[in-house]
Amino acid sequence: MLYAILCYHDEDTVGSWTKEQDAAVMKKLTVVQDKLTKQGRLGPVARLLPTTAATTLRKDDPPLVLDGPYAETKEQLLGFYLVDCKDLDEALGVARDLGAANPGGAYEIRPVGHFTAGSVQP
Amino acid sequence: MTDTAWIDAALTSARPQAVGALLRYFRNLDTAEEAFQNACLRALKTWPQNGPPRDPAAWLIMVGRNVAIDDIRRGKKQTPLPEDEAISDLDDAEEQLAERLDGSHYRDDILRLLFICCHPDLPATQQIALALRIVSGLTVKQIARAFLVSEAAMEQRITRAKARVADANVPFEAPGAAERSERLASVAAMIYLIFNEGYSASGDTAEIRAPLCEEAIRLARLLLRLFQSEPEIMGLTALLLLQHARAAARFDADGAVILLDDQDRSLWNKSLIAEGLALIDKAMRHRRSGPYQVQAAVAALHARAEKPEDTDWAQIDLLYGALEIMQPSPVVTLNRAVAVSKVKGPQAALDMIEPLAQRLSNYFHYFGVRGAFLMQLGRNDEARIAFDRAIALANTSAEAAHIRMHLDRLQRDSQPRGKKAGK
Repeated sequence: MLYAILCYHDEDTVGSWTKEQDAAVMKKLTVVQDKLTKQGRLGPVARLLPTTAATTLRKDDPPLVLDGPYAETKEQLLGFYLVDCKDLDEALGVARDLGAANPGGAYEIRPVGHFTAGSVQP
Repeated sequence: MTDTAWIDAALTSARPQAVGALLRYFRNLDTAEEAFQNACLRALKTWPQNGPPRDPAAWLIMVGRNVAIDDIRRGKKQTPLPEDEAISDLDDAEEQLAERLDGSHYRDDILRLLFICCHPDLPATQQIALALRIVSGLTVKQIARAFLVSEAAMEQRITRAKARVADANVPFEAPGAAERSERLASVAAMIYLIFNEGYSASGDTAEIRAPLCEEAIRLARLLLRLFQSEPEIMGLTALLLLQHARAAARFDADGAVILLDDQDRSLWNKSLIAEGLALIDKAMRHRRSGPYQVQAAVAALHARAEKPEDTDWAQIDLLYGALEIMQPSPVVTLNRAVAVSKVKGPQAALDMIEPLAQRLSNYFHYFGVRGAFLMQLGRNDEARIAFDRAIALANTSAEAAHIRMHLDRLQRDSQPRGKKAGK
């Protein structure tokens, strides 16, 4: 069974880390990730850009595009996509197509800041 | 990262919310600030043992309020302070307060705090000093150092600003929609000024002043979280991120300026660039252009070019053209001329800046740019005069040194260049 580990933290606090503090955390995380990579157990790893870079597409009819992150406690995170798009318009296009296939809820579109592909296949 | 580093970051990030809320209770900047300081001292004592609270800002607001009320009471009658355990054992109450302090509450408190610092009665230098002291929590010593003035002078500037705010009898209601959007522009401008104080540092002061750039970015992100759909705030944040991304490449080991074309682009901070590009991308969708967005778009074109020769100067020329219409200024035209020189050559650029001569007669960059155009045209004697004038007007030793480098190059190249010009 593959498990997704979703990263949550107080964004204000993380944003207040100095460059050195941030680098120190990333270095410690890399140690853990390297161990898993050697064991062939690590899949993709992504660090998302801040929520201020987020856009949300509510899958209404017609879909509603909102600035800012997804914030609705009645709905839960059920999965995610990683898509290569040239800009936000293209990413929103993909989200619209997905939304037409599966209405209801919302997609949060968050640019990825750091990405490691990993090698694990389900 | 150690525990204290985490706590430091949490205190910094909670500061605008907590001081904002305390200001609402006590309606006095000094009391609010002191209450926050006291709450921080308690946090440093209790958080390492009890772990961080669920909502650090709510914890700090409540503890700060309690301690301040105690202090006020103690001023009347000497009663002992409650035990630390009693104060920090506030789980239930904290939860209630956190529930009540929803996003909109925080938003109004932070806005009020920013708006107070941008009070129209205060000159810009006092607005910046007050914001750095109250919103960012920089010490007077740090601020004085960053602005290259004495601590006593900065202390006086901040005290004066506080007195002025107190006299002005600032209303504590959240401002109405019209006033809010008007003041949003001055808050944005203040953040931009803070950034520029840091960015305009010369090589020898870059290290001291760089924290101002980081603080401005933190404030811009904060403002953007409060106004998630304002394209100009997206543009401002993008602009600061894209400019700051080049920080490590802007000066050489001796502190001399390295121009954009000569910078080692591998030193540019890729994650700041990615965030800046994402924000400008998001802003553009609104089709409500503004000066910050246009400037961010220019910075984005530079950031996207892997090599200097990949730069889309034609597009930069168009963007500066748009900026000239939005915000006419000889400095904008001067910047546009640099793009024009790349697209249409130095003569067209020179023709463009000729009419600015009078208005920019004391502007260092005018003569630096003019000298560069003249040099490209092989008019070396005129170039030398322009460069000499630039050195006389240089604001920092790094600027002067940079122009001197051009002069040396002229000296070296004068023979072959002279021939070319003659034909």
